[in-house]
Amino acid sequence: MTSRRVFLKSGAMAMITMGFAPSFLARTALAASSRRKLLITVFQRGAVDGLNMVVPYGEADYYRSRPSIAIAKPGTADGAIDLDGFFGLHPRMSSFKPLWDRGELAIVQASGSHDTTRSHFDAQDYMESATPGVKSTKDGWLNRYLAASAEALADRSAAVHDATVAAGRNPLRAVALTSQMPRTLQGAAPALAMGKAADFAVADMGARASFEEIYQATQDKSLNGTGGEAFDAMRTLAKKTSGPYRPANGAAYPRSPFGQALQEIARLAKSDVGLEIAFAESTQWDHHVNQGAATGQMANRLDDFSRGIAALAQDLGERMADTVILTMSEFGRAVVENGSRGTDHGHGNAMLVIGGSVKGREVYGQWPGLRPDQRFEGRDLAVTTDFRDVFSEVVVKHLGATTATAAQVFPGYGIKAAAFRGILRA
Amino acid sequence: MWTRSLAALSLVAIVAIHPLAGAPAAVPSTDEAITHALNRLTFGPRAGEVARVKAMGLHNWIDQQLNPSRIDDAALTARLARLETLTLDSQTIQREYSGPAMVARRERQRTNPDSEPMDQDMRPPSQPEAATARSGRRSLEPRRAEVEKDRQVIADIEEAKLLRALYSERQLQEVLVDFWFNHFNVFAGKGATRNYLTEYEREAIRPYVLGNFRDMLEATAKSPAMLFYLDNWQNVSAEGTRTQRGINENYARELMELHTLGVDGGYTQTDIVNVARALTGWTIRPREGSGTQYVKRLHDDKEKTVLGQTLKAGGGENDIERVLDILAAQPATARHIATKLVTRFVSDTPPPSLVDRAAARFTATKGDLREVVRTIVTSPEFFAADAYRVKVKTPLDFVASALRATGAEIRSALPLARQLRDMGMPLYFCQPPTGYDDTAATWVSAGALVSRMNFAVALGKNEIRGVRIANPPADLDKEIGSPAFQRQ
Repeated sequence: MTSRRVFLKSGAMAMITMGFAPSFLARTALAASSRRKLLITVFQRGAVDGLNMVVPYGEADYYRSRPSIAIAKPGTADGAIDLDGFFGLHPRMSSFKPLWDRGELAIVQASGSHDTTRSHFDAQDYMESATPGVKSTKDGWLNRYLAASAEALADRSAAVHDATVAAGRNPLRAVALTSQMPRTLQGAAPALAMGKAADFAVADMGARASFEEIYQATQDKSLNGTGGEAFDAMRTLAKKTSGPYRPANGAAYPRSPFGQALQEIARLAKSDVGLEIAFAESTQWDHHVNQGAATGQMANRLDDFSRGIAALAQDLGERMADTVILTMSEFGRAVVENGSRGTDHGHGNAMLVIGGSVKGREVYGQWPGLRPDQRFEGRDLAVTTDFRDVFSEVVVKHLGATTATAAQVFPGYGIKAAAFRGILRA
Repeated sequence: MWTRSLAALSLVAIVAIHPLAGAPAAVPSTDEAITHALNRLTFGPRAGEVARVKAMGLHNWIDQQLNPSRIDDAALTARLARLETLTLDSQTIQREYSGPAMVARRERQRTNPDSEPMDQDMRPPSQPEAATARSGRRSLEPRRAEVEKDRQVIADIEEAKLLRALYSERQLQEVLVDFWFNHFNVFAGKGATRNYLTEYEREAIRPYVLGNFRDMLEATAKSPAMLFYLDNWQNVSAEGTRTQRGINENYARELMELHTLGVDGGYTQTDIVNVARALTGWTIRPREGSGTQYVKRLHDDKEKTVLGQTLKAGGGENDIERVLDILAAQPATARHIATKLVTRFVSDTPPPSLVDRAAARFTATKGDLREVVRTIVTSPEFFAADAYRVKVKTPLDFVASALRATGAEIRSALPLARQLRDMGMPLYFCQPPTGYDDTAATWVSAGALVSRMNFAVALGKNEIRGVRIANPPADLDKEIGSPAFQRQ
């Protein structure tokens, strides 16, 4: 308890003044924290229709299957934005085009889970635990990363042990801009969920002090731990993020909840609170009815989604060199539109990977085709890339985890570098 | 198949071992047990309530709560009287309240497709207005009076929910209305659902929470709110229409996964398609706020197989009855419902022994929910020492129990509804059909604790609008914000 607080308050300087000379390892570990890697994950809840987000306009079966909701070919009115002569972005995602042109946006089409569930609940659960088919997994994959990487660092040398344990206990290392803790970040390692950073404070100082005392003294382990994280984070946030926030580089976030959540992430990323993992969610993708095509319900959601992420990338500016933004959704939607000009639950989907170290301007993954005999169970886009191939590449190549650490993050998966698609530069 | 027959086997075994499984067990009468029962079966104990329950006997009190019509609730009725939309039918609500604003919104969307149509539809009424003034086309926006009327529908039902939680003497009934609404969740933010919401809770949920499960299942299946929210109103036979329409699986899937069998209930994608076919033709005309109708021409009347049972061709409007009969009678359904209820009332890790007995009771009584709940809340597992104070309160439990404990007087509950939204639990605005999770993993987070501490501070200073506590004690905030108060 005490060591945790001491190190949080004074960090590395305390070690030096207390007479522990940091070893080489400690110095590099600490130096790295000033240019910390940042992973921002975005969950599109409700199962985005990946075939209208990243349109396979080169497929005749795409148009045959979707008479009223298909996105037209590039070059026609309201047509897709051409990417590579076969795939195109939905026309309302034009703010992604500069990222694509600069090679900072990669797409993994036909990705997803080998598990066949078409239940939102189960599929989100499997993607967030990253153990498809296994319901008993208690923690989320990003929480396991937090725990495993902190352990791995601490094992390296006794000298860095205390400092890294302190960093590992920093709840601001992983923040979800959601009012409930997402499954992805649930688990033993500290993480923070907050609807709005501005509300994350107890203004009444007297009450705050007594609350801190009660939560420190309580025998209730879970509330003791969460309470401690809350007060630590409150102190840090008060010190480092007060005042109004102005996005840099002319970035303009949508005023939607999603846009505002991404802006909070940028603010945290820039204020040096030790942020390494961020989570945001974009909702309302479950378009069973009147999905629309170039305009309409889904188009409006894609507009919010892409403008938000593009603003985030612009706002982060140079920091994007050390940042990866990874988007995911629980499954794709059926190839053929349903009777209500919408789409029912499907299988394979598209993930987006954005960042300075991304080998962009490419649609990754083997394209399985959309002919009925090429589909999964005759109806859905097949999955040719396990979503964990992408997750694990990000954990190893971007966050710098060893294969051994990554194996703890993805139990039962059998991680191997050969499965990486080469989306990121080493 | 395998899991179903296994479940059936274990059922037989349990009934054989526990011939008196349904008989009421001995209920303890300690203060601790009474406090525990009040924590779980009500929205929190009020001052002096333990003594009152002790005087009448905990067993008698539970029995009374299981028979709410025997409890006088006139004081609550008086408080609800001013909420004029509570008793209206959907057509009147559509015509006089939501309709005019909706027409204006549609017109705005038609003339300016880039306006943000979702915003208006999605926003709970307790949320401050931000987006409406932006799109510029002032003349096409719903007029203020229209907006007010539109919001009143949701405002009334939110207010009613909180007033009932705080003031109803029929506390277990209100806890169960909350549970079952959440089980059969619909989302007020999805288009026309809001027109139907008031009627939905009043007529499809409330009458059945201590009644029969199969009845509630049918009431929700045929309710305009559910038909709209899970799209079955658009689920039609591919052959019955001139246009290219066809089946929509959304409701069929959630009916099995969430409402009855549970996600591991042993159904297949083929079952989903066949259930969807059986439900074709049950529809509404949402723009008119119309009630549910069965349209023969839109129904797929060919033979279907559901969970191995055949629905003969020509079943017509009886197909839905057959499907619901089949689903309600599955052992998987009994187990799913029992597990959820035990999780709600006893523990996030429901004791298997109690789940078994509650499921057996469900099957033996053909879904008599009063008896299933009785089995759970009078069980040794419910009163086991390790069940006390292990549940973490949801935001609704937290806010309601704080106000009940302090004897707060509520003039307007809308500011409280706003608090709940900030705590991640907006009333009637839970978007996914799963409803809210009620386990600690979801609700224990640093952000949530900070919101609760701030609520406690504001309550102690009498700074929550619409809420008044006479002579709040000095350390009220510490009490309400404490770790102990977060549990029940």
